[in-house]
Amino acid sequence: MSILIDENTRLLIQGITGGEGSFYTRGCIDYGTNVVAGVTPGKGGTKWEDKVPVFNTVSRAVKETKANASLIFVPAPFAADAVFEAAEAGLSPIILITEFIPTFDMVKVRSYVKEKNIHLVGPNCPGVISPGKCKAGIMIAEAFSRGNVGVISRSGTLTYEVSAMLTEQGIGQSTCIGIGGDPILGTTMSEALELFGQDPETEAVVLIGEIGGTFEQEAAESIRQGMTKPVVAFIAGSSAPPGRRMGHAGAIVMGAAGKAEEKKKALAAVGVLIAETPPEVPDLLRKVL
Amino acid sequence: MKIHEYQAKSLLSEYGVPVPKSGVARTPAEAKKIAADLGGKVVVKAQIHAGGRGKAGGIKTATSPAEAEKVAASLLGSRLRTHQTGAEGVPVSAVLVEETIESARELYLGIVVDSTRATPLVMASEAGGIEIEEIAAKAPEKIIRSYTESRTLEFRAFQARELAFGLNLSPEQIRPATQIVSGLYRLFVEKDCSLAEINPLTVSTDSRLLALDAKLNFDDNALYRHPDIAGLHDPEQENPLEVKAESEDIANYVKMEGDIGIVVNGAGLAMAVMDAIKHVGGKPANFLDIGTVNRSERVVNAFKILTSDPSVKCILVNIFGGMARVDVIATGLVEAYKQMEIKVPVVARLKGTNAAEGEQIIAKSGIKLIRADTFREAIETAVTEASRK
Repeated sequence: MSILIDENTRLLIQGITGGEGSFYTRGCIDYGTNVVAGVTPGKGGTKWEDKVPVFNTVSRAVKETKANASLIFVPAPFAADAVFEAAEAGLSPIILITEFIPTFDMVKVRSYVKEKNIHLVGPNCPGVISPGKCKAGIMIAEAFSRGNVGVISRSGTLTYEVSAMLTEQGIGQSTCIGIGGDPILGTTMSEALELFGQDPETEAVVLIGEIGGTFEQEAAESIRQGMTKPVVAFIAGSSAPPGRRMGHAGAIVMGAAGKAEEKKKALAAVGVLIAETPPEVPDLLRKVL
Repeated sequence: MKIHEYQAKSLLSEYGVPVPKSGVARTPAEAKKIAADLGGKVVVKAQIHAGGRGKAGGIKTATSPAEAEKVAASLLGSRLRTHQTGAEGVPVSAVLVEETIESARELYLGIVVDSTRATPLVMASEAGGIEIEEIAAKAPEKIIRSYTESRTLEFRAFQARELAFGLNLSPEQIRPATQIVSGLYRLFVEKDCSLAEINPLTVSTDSRLLALDAKLNFDDNALYRHPDIAGLHDPEQENPLEVKAESEDIANYVKMEGDIGIVVNGAGLAMAVMDAIKHVGGKPANFLDIGTVNRSERVVNAFKILTSDPSVKCILVNIFGGMARVDVIATGLVEAYKQMEIKVPVVARLKGTNAAEGEQIIAKSGIKLIRADTFREAIETAVTEASRK
């Protein structure tokens, strides 16, 4: 097992013929992911790099290839529409890599997919990888190895950094999910935690949070309500000045709740082990595994 | 993106929210004329993006046009320091000259996007005139909340009415209050705001409701569909190094008070590097994320910014290359050394895609980098280097 994606994932890529889409599709295929279709309106009937059939619409692609998940590289102004199209065709999970999507577009998108019970991951995220089984995203494969630790992260490169530290120390991962750095997320930290809670293969979870919002506090609440697996957390941004956006749209301290220290306090209160710097994550995991 | 108070009030006015009569002055003479037109007794308000103006002396009253001129002269061209600006302050290039309003009550009205419910949240309170965080801490029961239906982003008339009735207004004030709530919400959604706040929403002694102060922030990601709003941007209000970073095409740069300049790919990793520096007793001079774009110029541009910051005593480059391949980053480093004189030590840790090729490029160039292999080692080395005399 693992969560969201595995060896049975039949991946469709929206925006497959674009620069980023092409580059990362190659990476997914090289990893062994079963990429069954691509969608680029106007390029239906062609083949991407002589390998993957391209369709004009998602519904047609699903009908012909039985795709069951989507990875989206569509530019921000059109990204919300791409999610609606994938959701309407019944794909789940939908993994949205695109950055800079307007917040209100995401408000409408999230509410729509929730109603349909579809898993949406992102936006502004590196995607999802179940090491050794399937990669649907832009992450560096070498950082990851198969195992029993679930990783949930709001940051891309920090996911690679921490996962590589785990891999170097022989601690493999069941699934690593980059939930994204935006204020409105398809899958929140607590929703991802619940998925790992139900996954028999996952024995412990690493949370990589950051300043801004209250996702970490919600995660603490869902741990209190019934997460029995051990959790280790690193929260980035203790040193960030208040009121300044630190790169990610969601990473801004507005009021007390957004501060790194508040998040650490909330998580520690429900038994989560707090790493002060990334290299402490594998040390703490070793204590609970 | 932030805008000035006078710009916010003009937008509010378009959406049917009453605001005091006023004019914008860029010279003392203009201030005098506006004050005369408004009957002499006015408030002169420095137009800056940071909060805390009142306490910093940026809001002053004048009882005659001549006094308004004098007050404007003292504010215009000065730099105002508030608790939000840092020691260098921000320049005052315009003042808002406004009629004085006698307040009987000060209310609060604000709209944000709530990430937990993933939908806009409209808040109102009788305890206005202070910051919402302070109301939340002191009198949380005095905040009334109403969430938008997220599928349609529609805020219904009854919701606006509910908020209005919750503010203990007199019967004849309910309609104008409802209109203000609805108008502010319409502005919030139609212009893709990230924050819309009227604080205080004043009830004047003659029973009118007016937006006495207003703050509008906009979603940067949605500016492409609002050229009118994008045109209100005032780069003067930002740190000059940050403006330079924006024009030099660096993904994200935030100036800080310390002496270790950092160059990192990825926002989360950049924050983690800053935290780790602080954790072992060092001080980061900035947050700098070159992004995940695969371009060596980003590294060169980052070095241009960091070498023009006199407080930087050491530069730490920590790259975990994914899309940003290490060979490209290495090429950027070599190019930076060619283009500029780098007087401070540079500690570099380069991991990830094409790391071996990157090593070759650096070895061949002969540039002097202090190398680190692990995250811990990189941090500790940078802190040691920065503390050298």
